[in-house]
Amino acid sequence: MSKVIFKRPRYLKQNVFHYCPGCGHSIIHRLIAEVLEELEIGDKAICVPPAGCAVLAYNYLDVDMGEAPHGRAVAVATGIKRILPDRIVFTYQGDGDIAAIGTAEVIHAANRGERITAIFVNNGVYGMTGGQMAPTTLLGQVSTTTPFGRDISRDGFPLDLSEMLAVAKGSVYIERTAVNSPKNVRHAKKAIEKAFKVQMANLGFSLVEILSQCPTNWKMAPKDAVKHIENVVTKFYPLKVIKDESGIS
Amino acid sequence: MSEKVLMRGSHVIGEAAVRAGCRFYAGYPITPQNELTEYMAAAMARYQDRVFIQAESELAAINMVIGAAMAGARAMTSSSSPGVSLKQEGISYLAGQELPAVIVNLMRGGPGLGNIAPTQGDYFQATRGGGHGDYRTIVLAPASGQEIADLTIKAFEYADHYRTPVMLLGDGMMGQMMEPVVLPPPVDVSLLPQKPYILDGAKGRPARLIKSLYLDPAIMEEHNWKLYRKYQQIAREITQWEEFMVEDARLIVVAYGTCARIAKGAIRRLREMDIKVGMLRPITLFPFPSKVLRELSLKAKDFLVLELSTGQMLEDVRLAIEGRARTHFYGRPGGVVPTPDEVAKHINLLYHRQELNGGENE
Repeated sequence: MSKVIFKRPRYLKQNVFHYCPGCGHSIIHRLIAEVLEELEIGDKAICVPPAGCAVLAYNYLDVDMGEAPHGRAVAVATGIKRILPDRIVFTYQGDGDIAAIGTAEVIHAANRGERITAIFVNNGVYGMTGGQMAPTTLLGQVSTTTPFGRDISRDGFPLDLSEMLAVAKGSVYIERTAVNSPKNVRHAKKAIEKAFKVQMANLGFSLVEILSQCPTNWKMAPKDAVKHIENVVTKFYPLKVIKDESGIS
Repeated sequence: MSEKVLMRGSHVIGEAAVRAGCRFYAGYPITPQNELTEYMAAAMARYQDRVFIQAESELAAINMVIGAAMAGARAMTSSSSPGVSLKQEGISYLAGQELPAVIVNLMRGGPGLGNIAPTQGDYFQATRGGGHGDYRTIVLAPASGQEIADLTIKAFEYADHYRTPVMLLGDGMMGQMMEPVVLPPPVDVSLLPQKPYILDGAKGRPARLIKSLYLDPAIMEEHNWKLYRKYQQIAREITQWEEFMVEDARLIVVAYGTCARIAKGAIRRLREMDIKVGMLRPITLFPFPSKVLRELSLKAKDFLVLELSTGQMLEDVRLAIEGRARTHFYGRPGGVVPTPDEVAKHINLLYHRQELNGGENE
């Protein structure tokens, strides 16, 4: 008898991803779907997707979805969670969404200790709009709005949002991961699982930052993009547990 | 359960909202509506399952309201003019996503930071949609404490029934004045119709989606027409107004909210002098009572629009009258509130000038 060792997760719809070849979003979607199934929380989960490339996440994740204006996902999630405290509410946001236009919302949601989980996908560019500078764009990195590279004096520094959120007293668990290698993908899944467990235990705000490759806007081959995360991006954004007061192992 | 109490307008909104079953309130401090936010902070705490959040911004507040509405709750936010400008993004999303919510705007002087005195300068913003996109917001304009209570209840009913944002539009005067009010009995929220669209986890049913993104222009167009048909239905079903001494009136004042109260005082004085003047008071600003104005314009030849602005509702009055009668305007923008005496003098002059020149256009 043959044994099933790999299958489509219950909460991933049977649709073809629209994401570019080599993009990290499809991997992250799958990880979330797997975790929802394994923790048996998919039928009480509500996702707030962002504006950006993942705006169509509702075509892939088979859970209740409520679209938020650009940057406002955690505020919308706050409203949902406060009305339905026994549901699992999470946002899925890019770096522009959560670390630029939505900075105020996420800092205050974290500070209030909202029992929600944010999945923060950091690829260092505005992908959907064509590769403009994001708050997380690295120094010297070329984008369509930093044609000569990000310049400190003109563009400021890449923002350490996760570190900032760790300062907020209401945040419980914050970890930076990546999806550029099988090892990192497996670890990112563990982090997502832990973040949801923090919410299930009603402990406070949890966030998983995921460094993700954007071959299209980085103008790199996919295999070069994953190497770029290892060799360059993680030097500025090191993979680590930034804060863990959960007591969950 | 009905009881008569003496309360200030902002507290009446709060208490009526609580009685309407408002389960979620988010707000941000701004004068002259802080009394409402403060009332909600205390009132919501009386119930285990109700939520009050002082948000970090007006933007966050309206977006929290979006979330609460997605989760099925009756939800409200309140602010004053500059804060309501910030909320417009969320109001557009509520309209596009067809979610119910109540937004209170107690208007203050503007543009910009303006001042904190009563005005009606946000009429265009309130009635034309305010945010981006092709939509309208139901706008209710109370003119007394009792009407504040009744229309607050109605605001929640309309929002749920039509799945659309509803704005309660007043000003600092409406919020501060104290009048005896018969408070409505509390609504039993459990008896309200189920909302088959809410997000509460897809247990035992297909997953749901609430969105306003329609990338295909043909589908987006149909969504716009769908909203349009809804606004047409709203216009047929809920347009409200008050007629005051219009039967024999040669001159009809058109005014809403605070201005209508002032006009009423003026009209009573003028009637004692046998001057045939009356008033049409729109209670719903969207939908606007165009039909009754059209009918009145077949009889009365002069209409005076009175506003605490440089003339905004004036445009709707002119559109309704379509040149059948003369429209005049008297406005005090920027937070200046005219006295009934001032308004009476102006009406008197206008009335006699029109009588003397035999109704020729000015």
